[in-house]
Amino acid sequence: MRDARSPAPAQFGWLLAAVAATLAPHAMELPYWLVILCAGLIAIRGALLWRRGTPPRQLLILLVAVAAGIGVRFEFGHFFGKDPGVALLAVLLCLKLLESRNTRDLRAAVLLAYFLQLGLFFYNQTPGIAALALAGSLLTTTSLLSLEDAAARPAAQLRASALLLAQGLPFMLVLFVLFPRVQGPLWGLPTDAYSGMTGLSDTMTPGSISQLGLSDAIAFRAEFNGAPPPPSRRYWRGPVLTRYDGRSWRPGFSTIAAAPRYQPSGRAYEYRLTLEPHNQPWLLALDFPAANIPKARYAGDYRLLAEQPVRARTRFDLRSYPATAVGKDESTIVLAEARRLPANFNPRSTALAHEIAAGTSDPATILARALERMRGMDLTYTLSPPLLGTHSVDEFLFDTRQGFCEHFASAFVFLMRAAGVPARVVTGYQGGEINPVDGSLVVRQSDAHAWAEVWLAERGWIRVDPTALSAPARIESGLSAALQDWDALPLLRRPGMDWLRDVRYRWEALSNTWNQWVLGYNPERQRDLLERIGFPQPDWRTLAMLLGISAAGLMMMLLAWAFAQRHRHDPLDAAWARFSGKLARHGAARHPWEGPLDYGKRLAMTFPEHAEPLRSISEGYANLRYGAEPANPHRVRLLARSIRRLKLK
Amino acid sequence: MPPRPDAPRRHLLDGTPAGFRPAQPERHSLAGLMIPLRRHLDRWLFRIGPPEPSPIVLGQRRIFVLPTPAGLAFAAALLVMLIASINYNLSLGYALVFLLGGVSVASMVHAFRNLLHLSFTPGRAEPVFAGESACFHVVVANHRHARRPSLRLKAHGAIVPFEIGAGDGGDLIVPAVTAGRGWMALGRVRIETTYPLGLIRAWSVLVPDQRCLVYPAPEPMPPPLPEGASRNLGRRAGSTGDDDFAGLRPYQPADSPRHVAWKTLARGGPMLTKQFSGMDGGEIHLDWDDFPPDLDIEARLSRMTAWIVAAEQRGLAFSLTLPDARIAMGRGSEHSAGCLRRLALFGTEAGTDA
Repeated sequence: MRDARSPAPAQFGWLLAAVAATLAPHAMELPYWLVILCAGLIAIRGALLWRRGTPPRQLLILLVAVAAGIGVRFEFGHFFGKDPGVALLAVLLCLKLLESRNTRDLRAAVLLAYFLQLGLFFYNQTPGIAALALAGSLLTTTSLLSLEDAAARPAAQLRASALLLAQGLPFMLVLFVLFPRVQGPLWGLPTDAYSGMTGLSDTMTPGSISQLGLSDAIAFRAEFNGAPPPPSRRYWRGPVLTRYDGRSWRPGFSTIAAAPRYQPSGRAYEYRLTLEPHNQPWLLALDFPAANIPKARYAGDYRLLAEQPVRARTRFDLRSYPATAVGKDESTIVLAEARRLPANFNPRSTALAHEIAAGTSDPATILARALERMRGMDLTYTLSPPLLGTHSVDEFLFDTRQGFCEHFASAFVFLMRAAGVPARVVTGYQGGEINPVDGSLVVRQSDAHAWAEVWLAERGWIRVDPTALSAPARIESGLSAALQDWDALPLLRRPGMDWLRDVRYRWEALSNTWNQWVLGYNPERQRDLLERIGFPQPDWRTLAMLLGISAAGLMMMLLAWAFAQRHRHDPLDAAWARFSGKLARHGAARHPWEGPLDYGKRLAMTFPEHAEPLRSISEGYANLRYGAEPANPHRVRLLARSIRRLKLK
Repeated sequence: MPPRPDAPRRHLLDGTPAGFRPAQPERHSLAGLMIPLRRHLDRWLFRIGPPEPSPIVLGQRRIFVLPTPAGLAFAAALLVMLIASINYNLSLGYALVFLLGGVSVASMVHAFRNLLHLSFTPGRAEPVFAGESACFHVVVANHRHARRPSLRLKAHGAIVPFEIGAGDGGDLIVPAVTAGRGWMALGRVRIETTYPLGLIRAWSVLVPDQRCLVYPAPEPMPPPLPEGASRNLGRRAGSTGDDDFAGLRPYQPADSPRHVAWKTLARGGPMLTKQFSGMDGGEIHLDWDDFPPDLDIEARLSRMTAWIVAAEQRGLAFSLTLPDARIAMGRGSEHSAGCLRRLALFGTEAGTDA
């Protein structure tokens, strides 16, 4: 019955602002036609509000809804999943807003707006997005409040809903920390659930890594316990690619075991790796990880693997021994694969390899000669290499002479194989920069790299980085130092942007903390935290108990706030209330209609032995309260004192 | 403020003579079992009993909170959002859901606080004729130095929305349709609020000690006054009466609304009272036993009411003879109010001592 009221323009205004604030951050992710549609619908609603028009017919709105649904179906190919879901919700919200006639419609729109604030986190969970969502929630809550309290001024409405949010905040903190966490997903997710994740893939074609080189996104962070290894030893191993079809490289045969196939030796580095989700099982450990790492498995090609693809930011405590010798006992299957080349590709390079191998069968000599020849070829390291045709290695080595690391690695491995030496491509990350603010090593997608491994009978697999031949600075100082033309570089990697980098370091240190404690707060973290504050082996009962106690405590505080009578700021009123209260306890309460002078007279008659002070207090109050002059503070204090000292038998 | 009756209100309904129609008939159509059950529930759960001494201050034990339908929809939405957060491992999704959950808990306390320590005092309730709308005045006071927005008072099927400023008070007028003569109690009053977000309803039920006297409905087309019984014929007098318009004077709070010059007021003028010079001095006697014997009690009361109204309008003095009482000759509004009161309460215990 109340809900049938038609809302006032001010109430609509709040919701309009809330919807605009909620949808604006979505604009980046939604299809452009949908953004235009939503903006148009909001603008029409705004214009209707301005001119006090009536909403369009429901049939028209239904038609728009159906058309938008069909558009979403075409855009995404399906209806299920987060992307089409968010798109549909956005259209629905705008249409709901447009057709709203009564408060019930507005309430429904408010719920949709809250949903879309949650939807923001599908793409991005940075502190900035959190702040935007919070602002959206504040506006949405205000619009809900304005439906109830239309009489208040807008500033007062905003203040009241900010107070509500501030009072909800402690509950949020307690629930966030103590609500029993479940590692999702609860059921199979639609296929697009992890589409936003970037990283290395398990195939390599020319250009696949240089694409990553343009991305400033963080791949992982490592916090070393002690000094980190020098830049030239920071090789983080990803997919190892053995199979070559003339154009792309794919992983070869590899065993997976619970223990490594090598004996770790040499200097150890201990570090904590915080991996951004990349939806792949490999962990990008530094070569070569120690045995007995919990929840990890060891691939025959020395990758460290997780049991599940990494779909949430995850931390691993790792130990690596870079100096370990590996692969002396490599299986013949792997070696055979590492020698195989497709026929009829790259004739010029094959000829070069035969020339290198002429007169020797010692792989070490061939390796040295090949490196020598490549160094002499005047190859250029660039982020934007020219496109290559069928004989990609030939064209790179002899024609274009420009390439990114995958070109170097792929060409080198081709030469080695053509000369009869087992070799393979290893992809991963190389380098990383130390954040001076918190000392962690940050490795970005632009640190993605490809290098080669060559198998020598007496030494096993040894790492060879052909990129270092032409661009040694890439290995020592990172991408920006190695490139001459830094136009294509991400802005923050360009030289001369030091102050910006400083800001960025600080920001990233902050967001690392944010990631660790807010976004990475999972069942394990929850258990760790509870153990640290003194609850050994916490289970859901512990959580429920703590949650109950904290929630009850917060509730008590809220109730105490509700019961608190705002203190009277007027000491005169307070003193008079004290006086009346005192006499009420002696059975002479002041009647509501009784003025102070009449009250004083009555009191003087009721308590003849105190007639004088009672009358003087009442008269003093009347003079101070109703006198022409504003009350003199000193006299108010005197009156308050005489009221305090008044003792009745 | 009406005087507190010495006898509890329930006596009004008990031991009524045959033919007497109580002001508020109990609904006997309901299953006989339901009424005592409901009364028990009211007393035990909601602490609703007989009329309460005033002022009635809403303490925490008599304020109840429950979610509204909108609140339930909100809770369902939060649940869906929580499941989405778990499924997609959205840490900030959890945070948003928990924040909104906290907000709804806070809004519950706000709703509760909006009623807490609100004080109600029964005000005036002018007597009305049966069939007219009774207006109960309820004085509400807010001792807190904060505004209390969006409150509602529900009684007798009427909803009175109101809000009170910080440390302010107000006079609420609760209209109630009257059915029969006698005392009409304000009865159960529900104060509720869904402030601040409309998700939670806080309410309290009170039974203020307030009643309105309902005169019998005047007979629509009564026979002429028993002029035969009148002794002196009226003569024109300079004193004021109700007959002929004699002029205007400034309004005083005690003036009958019937005499306010509404037309002047509507034109933006001051509030004035119309004065009449009336007939003075006529006397009539209204006797219960002069009515035709086949007229039943209510019809007699109704006709007598109509005559009293007419006599007062004409400025006649009149006396009254009822089966259980005699009222001496008199005139003026106070005299007729006393007579009407006697008629209103005729046949009830309260009527005999009035």
